[in-house]
Amino acid sequence: MDLLTLLQLLDSTLRLATPLLLACLAGLFSERAGIFDIGLEGKMLAAAFLSAAIAAVTGSVWLGLLAGIFASLLLSAIHGLASITFRGNQLISGVAINFLAAGLTVVIAQSWFAEGGRTPQLAGAARFNPITLPGAEALRDVPVLGPIYYELISGHTIIVYLALLIVPITAWVLFSTRFGLRLRAVGENPAAVDTAGISVVGMRFAAVAICGVLCGIAGAYLATALQAGFTKDMSAGRGYIALAALIFAKWRPVYCLWACLLFGFLQAIALRSDLIERVLQFNIQSQLLDALPYILTVVILAGFVGKAIPPRAGGEPYVKER
Amino acid sequence: MTAPAIELKGISKAFGPVQANKDISIRVMPGTIHGIIGENGAGKSTLMSILYGFYKADKGEIFIGGTKTDIPDSQAAIAAGIGMVFQHFKLVENFTVLENIILGAEDSGLLRPSLSRARRELKALADEYELNVDPDAIVEDIGVGMQQRVEILKALYRQADILILDEPTGVLTPAEADHLFRILENLRREGKTIILITHKLREIMDITDTVSVMRRGEMTATVKTVDTSPQELAELMVGRKVLLRVEKAPARPGDVILDVQNLNVTDAKGVHRVKGISFNVRAGEILGIAGVAGNGQSELLEVLGGYEKASGKITVNGTPIDLTGQKSDGQSRRRRGIAHVPEDRQAEGLIMDYAAWENTAFGYHHDAKYRNGLFMNNAAILQDTTEKMERFDVRPPDPKLAAKNFSGGNQQKIVLAREIERNPDLLLIGQPTRGVDIGAIEFIHQQIVALRDQGKAILLVSVELEEILALSDRIAVMFDGHIMGERDPAQTDEKELGLLMAGMTGNPSQVSVKDIEENLAHAGTGKV
Repeated sequence: MDLLTLLQLLDSTLRLATPLLLACLAGLFSERAGIFDIGLEGKMLAAAFLSAAIAAVTGSVWLGLLAGIFASLLLSAIHGLASITFRGNQLISGVAINFLAAGLTVVIAQSWFAEGGRTPQLAGAARFNPITLPGAEALRDVPVLGPIYYELISGHTIIVYLALLIVPITAWVLFSTRFGLRLRAVGENPAAVDTAGISVVGMRFAAVAICGVLCGIAGAYLATALQAGFTKDMSAGRGYIALAALIFAKWRPVYCLWACLLFGFLQAIALRSDLIERVLQFNIQSQLLDALPYILTVVILAGFVGKAIPPRAGGEPYVKER
Repeated sequence: MTAPAIELKGISKAFGPVQANKDISIRVMPGTIHGIIGENGAGKSTLMSILYGFYKADKGEIFIGGTKTDIPDSQAAIAAGIGMVFQHFKLVENFTVLENIILGAEDSGLLRPSLSRARRELKALADEYELNVDPDAIVEDIGVGMQQRVEILKALYRQADILILDEPTGVLTPAEADHLFRILENLRREGKTIILITHKLREIMDITDTVSVMRRGEMTATVKTVDTSPQELAELMVGRKVLLRVEKAPARPGDVILDVQNLNVTDAKGVHRVKGISFNVRAGEILGIAGVAGNGQSELLEVLGGYEKASGKITVNGTPIDLTGQKSDGQSRRRRGIAHVPEDRQAEGLIMDYAAWENTAFGYHHDAKYRNGLFMNNAAILQDTTEKMERFDVRPPDPKLAAKNFSGGNQQKIVLAREIERNPDLLLIGQPTRGVDIGAIEFIHQQIVALRDQGKAILLVSVELEEILALSDRIAVMFDGHIMGERDPAQTDEKELGLLMAGMTGNPSQVSVKDIEENLAHAGTGKV
C-alpha cells in the first residue's frame, strides 16, 4: 500500500469519524450529567432530514444547519421533559425518540418532496463544501509532508474542523469551568448539587440541550456534507456506534476522539474491501468490520482493558429525599 | 438581650394524612449547642429539612437572627447562614475534597481561582478548628471521619453561622466522635450556633446546652441540659417509663454450640475480608462482635447464614457445616438450627413490597404447618402471623400490610418474631436495633436476653458499642478481618474497645485520632 492510498484511507477515516465524534461528545455532555441518551441516533436522523430539507428549499446550508439543530433540540426537549421533569425511564424515552425520528422523517419527506422519502439532491451553497487550507496547493509537491497536508489535513468541510475543535473545548469546559464541575457533579451525586443550592433540573436540561445542539450538527453533517441530501435511515446506526465509542472512551473527551477515529477507520476500511484483500491476502466480510465497534465495546465493558465506570447517577431520575 | 440565632414559630407540615410536624416553636440562642432528640419518625429530620429549604412548611414562620426569613430552597438557607451536615453525606465521591468544598460556591466561571482560594481558607479553618483534611484527596479514598469534616468545612466555607448536624456520630468510632465534639466545642467558642440531631441520649448529655424533645411530630419539651437526666429525656421521647439499662442475670454458659476455626472469607471482588478468625459461642451466652462497619463482620454473618463461601471449619452442635457454598443456603442452615436476623432487614430480612404474613413465612414456607399438600396454607400463615404480631407488639397489628409500611422497629420485630419463634439453637443477629426507636430497642433487647436465658447461643454483631456492652456476656472486636481480642464487658469500657476497633492496643491516652484514622484508612475500612 503506498502513501497516497494510506492517506486516502485516513482522509475518509476523518470524514466518517466526524459525525461519530459530534454525537459521541453530545452523549458525553448528557451522560456526564446523569441522563443516558440512547436517542442520539434519532436526533441525528431528524437533524439530517430537516437540515437537508431546509437547505434544499432555501439553498443555504447554514440555514439547513440551524434547522437541523432545531430538530435535534426539539427531540432533546422531549427527552428532557420525559426523563428529567417527569422522571421517566431514560432508555424508554430514548428508544421512543429513535422510532419517532425513523418514522416521521420518511413520512414528512414523502409528503413534502414526493421523492420516495428523500429530499432533493443538494448542490453548491446548499451543501458544506471542502475547504482548501492556505498553501495546500503550493505545498502539494513537497515530499511526504506535502501530500499529508494536502490529502489528509486540507480539503475537509468546516464541520470536520469544528468537530475536532470541540474536543479540547469540551475537555476545558468539563474540567476547568464552574459549569463543568457542576455538570459532572450532577451526574455523580445530584443530591450534593441540590444541597449546594444548585438546580439539578436546570443543570440536566442544560446538558441535554448541549447534547441536542451537537447531535444536530452531526445530523446536518450527514445530509449536507458527507452525503448530498437525506435518505431513509441514513444515520445507519451511527448514534449507537457513538454511544459505544463513549463507553470505549470511558466518558473522557480526548479518549472520545481516539475512539471515534478508530471506529471511523473501521468504517473506512469496510468501504475498501479491495485494500484489505491486497494487504492481508484474504477477504474480510464487511459485516464483521461493521460489528467490530460493538465487539470492542463489549470487550471494554467486560473489563479487559481497564475499567469503564459510568457516571454514578446515570440513568436515575433525581428524586429529592433525605 | 440578643436575638435568638434561630426562632421557629408554629411550624406545621403534613405529608398526606401524616402530620410530620405539628405547631412547633423553638428558640436557639447564638453560641450554643442545641440538641434535638426524638425517636425515628418523630419529625426531627422534617423540621430540619424545612429549615434547610428542602420542604416548605404548611404553616409557621422562621426568624434568623431576629429577622423573619423565607427559606424556599437550599440556596436561601445557605444565604441565611445555615449549613447542614446530613446523616448520609452529600459529597461527590470521585471529586477531590477541594472540588467538593467549592461546588456551588465557586467565585467565578473558571475553577482555578476558586480552588486556590479554597485551599488557603481550608488551611486557616483547619488551624482554627482542628478540622484537618487533605485538600487533594479523592473523597471515596478517605474515611468517614474525614468525610464528615469535609461536610463541616463545606458549611463553614459558605460562611455558615448556624450548623445543623443530623445523627453525626452514627458512623464514627468513639474516638472519632470525641474529636467531632471537640470541633463542635471550638465552633461554639467562636460564636457559631449548632443544632445537633440525635437519638443518643449520652451525646445530648455530654455536649449540648439546651435540648428539645420531639415525639410524634410535636415538641414535647425544651429544657436546659444541666436540669435534666437521660431517664427523663427517654421518658419524654417515648411517652412512658423506659428501661435504659438491660436487666439481665449473669450468663450460665453450657456446651459449645458454635465453633469457628481459622475462618477465611474472600468476597466476590477478591478482597480478603475475614482473615483466619477463631471463636466459639456456648449455649446460654451472648457473644458480641464489635467493630466499625466493613471490618469483616458482615461477611462472617453471611457465611454463617449460608450465603457466602469461606474456608476454614465451622461446627454447630459438634457437626461441621458446609462452607463451599455448594450445598449451603439459608434453608439448610435453618434445618441445622441456625436462625438469622440479617444486618440489613430491608434488603435481606424482608421483601418490602410483600405483606407481613408473606414475610413471616419466608424461609419456613416448607414447614408442615404452613402447607396444604402442594399448596401453601395461607390461612394458617395468616393466623400464625396475627398471633406473632400480638406477642411481639407489632404496630399496626395488620398482617396484610406491606412490610415497607411498618416503621423500622416494627419491621425488625417481624423478622425477629419469624426467627426467634422457631426455637433455634443458635441465633445470628446483626445490627438488631439499627434505625429502631428506644421503645422498640428495649423490647428487642429483652427478647434477645430471654432467648439466652432459654439456653440458646447468640452471636450478636453490632456497630453500636453501647448495645454490645449492654447485651454481651463476652465481647470480641473485629478489625480488618481479624479478631483484635476478647474482653469481659464488666472489665472493659468504650475507650478500650474503641481502640481495638481501630486496630490498636495500648494506652488510650497516648493514641491520637490521626493515628486511628490512618489505621482505618489503611485497612480500607471505616467507609459506609
